[in-house]
Amino acid sequence: MNTTMMHLSSYQYLTDFAYIIAIAFFILSLKWLSSPATARRGVFVGEVGAAIAVVTTFFNPELVQFKWILIALLIGVIIGIPLGLVQMTAVPQRTAMSHAFGALAAAVIGISEYYMRIPHITKFEMVEISLEVIIGSLSFTGSLIAAGKLQEWLPQRPMVYKGQNYVSFTVLGLAVASMFVLIFNPTTAWFFPAMVIISLIFGIMLVTPIGGADMPTVIALLNSYVGLTAALLGFVLNQKVLVVAGALDGSSGFILAVIMCKAMNRSFTNVLFGAFGQLQVSAKGEEEEKIVHTASPEEAAAILGAANTVLVVPGYGMAVAQAQHKVKELYDTLTKKGVDVKFGIHPVAGRMPGHMNVLLAEADVPYDKLIEMDDANGEMAQTDVALIIGANDVVNPSAKTDQGSPIYGMPIIEVNNARTVMVIKRSLNPGFAGIDNPLFYLDNNLMLFGDAKSFVGNIVRELSGAAVGA
Amino acid sequence: MPEGFISNLYVFVLAGFLGFEVIRRVSPLLHTPLMALTNALDAIVVVAAIIIAGRKGTALSEILGAIAVAAAFSNMVGGFLITDRMLRMFKLSGRKKQ
Repeated sequence: MNTTMMHLSSYQYLTDFAYIIAIAFFILSLKWLSSPATARRGVFVGEVGAAIAVVTTFFNPELVQFKWILIALLIGVIIGIPLGLVQMTAVPQRTAMSHAFGALAAAVIGISEYYMRIPHITKFEMVEISLEVIIGSLSFTGSLIAAGKLQEWLPQRPMVYKGQNYVSFTVLGLAVASMFVLIFNPTTAWFFPAMVIISLIFGIMLVTPIGGADMPTVIALLNSYVGLTAALLGFVLNQKVLVVAGALDGSSGFILAVIMCKAMNRSFTNVLFGAFGQLQVSAKGEEEEKIVHTASPEEAAAILGAANTVLVVPGYGMAVAQAQHKVKELYDTLTKKGVDVKFGIHPVAGRMPGHMNVLLAEADVPYDKLIEMDDANGEMAQTDVALIIGANDVVNPSAKTDQGSPIYGMPIIEVNNARTVMVIKRSLNPGFAGIDNPLFYLDNNLMLFGDAKSFVGNIVRELSGAAVGA
Repeated sequence: MPEGFISNLYVFVLAGFLGFEVIRRVSPLLHTPLMALTNALDAIVVVAAIIIAGRKGTALSEILGAIAVAAAFSNMVGGFLITDRMLRMFKLSGRKKQ
């Protein structure tokens, strides 16, 4: 008995030190991520920190059996490696899946703690465990729905019905009510599983109405919920390494969500309960004849070849068309001709924060050519050609000019101030949010109708052909 | 109030502010790798899961613990792997292929 006690307490010191080292390494890891030059070192220290923490845990004298742990770790590796090797276009849904796994892990630990502790559970512990399990469960199903939408197994359009927000809030209210019952009567039969199930349902109801264009914010918000769940679990288990890791993850998700909201000039409430892209299609009845200028790949190639500076503005459509490698060929061809090509990246372009940067980096576009919205706008007056590939709302000038527009006030890349604008698009159909884009009817705008990948390919062929001929 | 609550709260608040300051400095260029990396770090939940799965408990707690180990560890492995893959892709224009 005495030796076990000794064993336990010396082990306690060992783990505490190991976990403190892990925490320090995690912070260093995020600090080094601030620049591409040191970022990979950051991943390495993060791995070392995690390895130290995991290995130390194996020496915990409380552990009596290892078979299931080892099998579960093996399953983790079997699932984790393919999820680490997905295509860059699939990174948004992979991220949503990993939010789901993170929430699942934290939620089931909370559930297990509840059943281990009853009936000897204080009111305070009940509050901690309930909050942890509610947020963990709703983040789990919410993330699954987000992943399903991003993978296009579920419709990306917002799915809404009348009185939806009332129904959703009633469901959340039921979960909270179950929590209060449990606080005063922790063993009340079925209330705990009921609370878990209601929270799972609420997660589905929370994300289902949200449209694809709002996914960057939703992914970031779910990220912060998952972090919060892990931190709460740290409180439940009195485990500071979880509190720190959860706080870091939570603040990261929160910062990203704020950035995404600002980039769309919207509030959290509006993103979560506004069902963007539902009501806009109505508006304007006046079907005046608008003139659209179009151009062929030959004409586009001639204009691009004659330009000094070109700004490419990519959007989700580039990812859908898998056009990023053709875009890189275009970049190479134009650069060889002495044209200065840069890429203007809007914060909400794509389906998650930073999505476009990763796609273009994968296609070997150097990252110093990827510039942020404000820098792109600063250089717009000197830009000869702005080429928009698969982006729509983020370059829509009505965000600046039309107070009635649903995106009014959203910061945009002001491509309409470039000398010539070219938009590669399949048709004049309005984009995801169903908002008409007056950019298409401007005098300095040329529409390049076609599939992004093949159109860019044709431009590249024209440019190289011309180079051979000259 | 359970033991350690206040000290955990201190740690939570400090780590939250620290996270805010550190992550604010991450360039928007790297926001996708950032999310993948914080996911991997968050998977440290696996250490709690290992104890739940391996200590003397009920069949339910062992099953739930094992589920948590698998879910968290897949995030840890996959998260670090994809972060590193993404970061390897970011290159400057000056340096051509090594």
